[in-house]
Amino acid sequence: MEAWIGAILSGILLGLVYGLAAMGLNLIWGVINVINLSHGAFIALGMFSAYFLFHFAGLNPFIAVALVLIIGLIIGMGAYFVALHRVLDAPELSTLLSTYSLSLIIIGLGTFIFTTNPRAIDIGLGSIGVAGIYIPISKILTGLFSVLFTVILYLFLYKTWTGKAIRAVSMNKSAAEFMGVNSIFILSLSFGIGIALAMIAGCLIAAIFPFTILSGSVYELKSFVICVLGGLGSPLGALIGGLILGLLENVFALKIPVGYIPFIEFMILVIILLVKPTGLITKR
Amino acid sequence: MKRGYTLIWLIPLILAISLLPVIAHSVIYRETIFLILMYITLAVSLNIILGYTGYVSFGHIVFYGIGGYTSFYLMYRFGVHLILAMIMGGILSAIIALIVGEAVLRLRGAIFAIATIGINEAIKSLVTNLQFLGGATGMFFNFKIYKTYGGAAKAIWFAYWIMVVVTIICLLTSYFIKNSKFGYGLFSIREDEDAAVVLGVNTKRFKSIAFAISAFFPGLVGAIFFFKAGNIEPDDAFHLVKSIEMIFMVMLGGFGTVSGPPIGALLYERLKGILLINPLFKNLHMAITGFILLIIILFAPGGIVGWFRNRFKKLRSLLE
Repeated sequence: MEAWIGAILSGILLGLVYGLAAMGLNLIWGVINVINLSHGAFIALGMFSAYFLFHFAGLNPFIAVALVLIIGLIIGMGAYFVALHRVLDAPELSTLLSTYSLSLIIIGLGTFIFTTNPRAIDIGLGSIGVAGIYIPISKILTGLFSVLFTVILYLFLYKTWTGKAIRAVSMNKSAAEFMGVNSIFILSLSFGIGIALAMIAGCLIAAIFPFTILSGSVYELKSFVICVLGGLGSPLGALIGGLILGLLENVFALKIPVGYIPFIEFMILVIILLVKPTGLITKR
Repeated sequence: MKRGYTLIWLIPLILAISLLPVIAHSVIYRETIFLILMYITLAVSLNIILGYTGYVSFGHIVFYGIGGYTSFYLMYRFGVHLILAMIMGGILSAIIALIVGEAVLRLRGAIFAIATIGINEAIKSLVTNLQFLGGATGMFFNFKIYKTYGGAAKAIWFAYWIMVVVTIICLLTSYFIKNSKFGYGLFSIREDEDAAVVLGVNTKRFKSIAFAISAFFPGLVGAIFFFKAGNIEPDDAFHLVKSIEMIFMVMLGGFGTVSGPPIGALLYERLKGILLINPLFKNLHMAITGFILLIIILFAPGGIVGWFRNRFKKLRSLLE
């Protein structure tokens, strides 16, 4: 019984992190219909930003996250104009490859500068235990931050003018332009927010797990599964998809060999794509 | 239909390159040219589904892994001859492509790409868990296996010549597909699938066959490569980065053309060789590859061959 409760609790906490990691990919996929293959690279970039802010500026990742948000927004909007703007109307191969080449550049430079040695941030918050189940406080904080960012993103997309413009552009670009929306700005902003979310996720993950420059790709692959599970274009969907995946990993691990879990995850991905290519949970 | 002259220079060029290690008596040349031929076959076969049909198979390396594992297992467990094992590996890759294709080829665009990545990762983690295939550590050849071919040294030369034959067959296949009714069907799917259906192209069957053919050759290549290497493991056989390398070579040379992918493969191998030898660029080769890819995508989507075709109309019959 304790094993089950432990598995469910850590599944939920892990799921919240996964959800946050997938949110950026989800937003970009949903709004500008681009599958951002540089997502994992930006998660890794977020991890390293957290690492350097912690070691050189003494900033705790949970505080540094605000700074990482701004950095991510700037880099993301820049990346949109460098890599994406020219090919947005070209066939999908172009956007896949242009974002992938961004990823190659970031990871290539990262490997050159930081090497692939594993790193970790130890903020030493200890853990709390109830009835024999111990959970590190940093994991709980990360889970709370994931919920917080989901709420902020939701409020932004549904309650502010800019957020509404983003959703309008995602529904019908030319109609939104007629209503006076500057679609180029909105598209670059959406990409920027997506990248910022990826970097935030990286920054928070760095606080709980050790990482290398290559760690992002694991979360990127999981993010595909989550986006497909949770549906596109909604922050809540990403969080739900993340929770399903987190619970799956922890609860299945009690019953079947751990090695088979990736196989099951990717089979779920392929099967859902075949049955319902728009994702399992969709509104509209 | 009017045929061009691409094969007249392309096949002799490949043959000339292949004979180089014999003339120079050089083992180093043999290793380099083996890699070049391997890249050419991989790129040309991917081009059939990516360039001709317009379906972005992002996890195409899965077929190389399946062919490699099938033939390696047959040789390792039952002592099957390389040629037979290789053909079985290729056929199994093609059959799996037909089955998988039946399902995933219904998806279009980026969703298809993600599904192929998913398939590659799923099969990789499945193989990692199958104990009879050696699990995560893979399998190793006993040196006895090379005795059939007259010792390890001769076996490697044997693998080299098989690779030359496979490369040439693959190039011929790609050329004849492009200049056939089947090929025109594939191009019509690439340009506008719905219109192709209306025109009476059996798009479903065309796509499946194209996918199977483009899976067959990587299966052969995997068989030869892992025979020569003497060991196989999941991380090598299903490495997603290799998939990206294949796409890179096709895009660099010019997608949808016959001569583009071989040129792209040749250039990529040389580029990688130069960058890896240079101490300054050794660790930067990934970043540089990414940068070149970005430039191609943004400014010359037709690749090198596409650029030449646009610039010099007279070269068109030579560069198909």
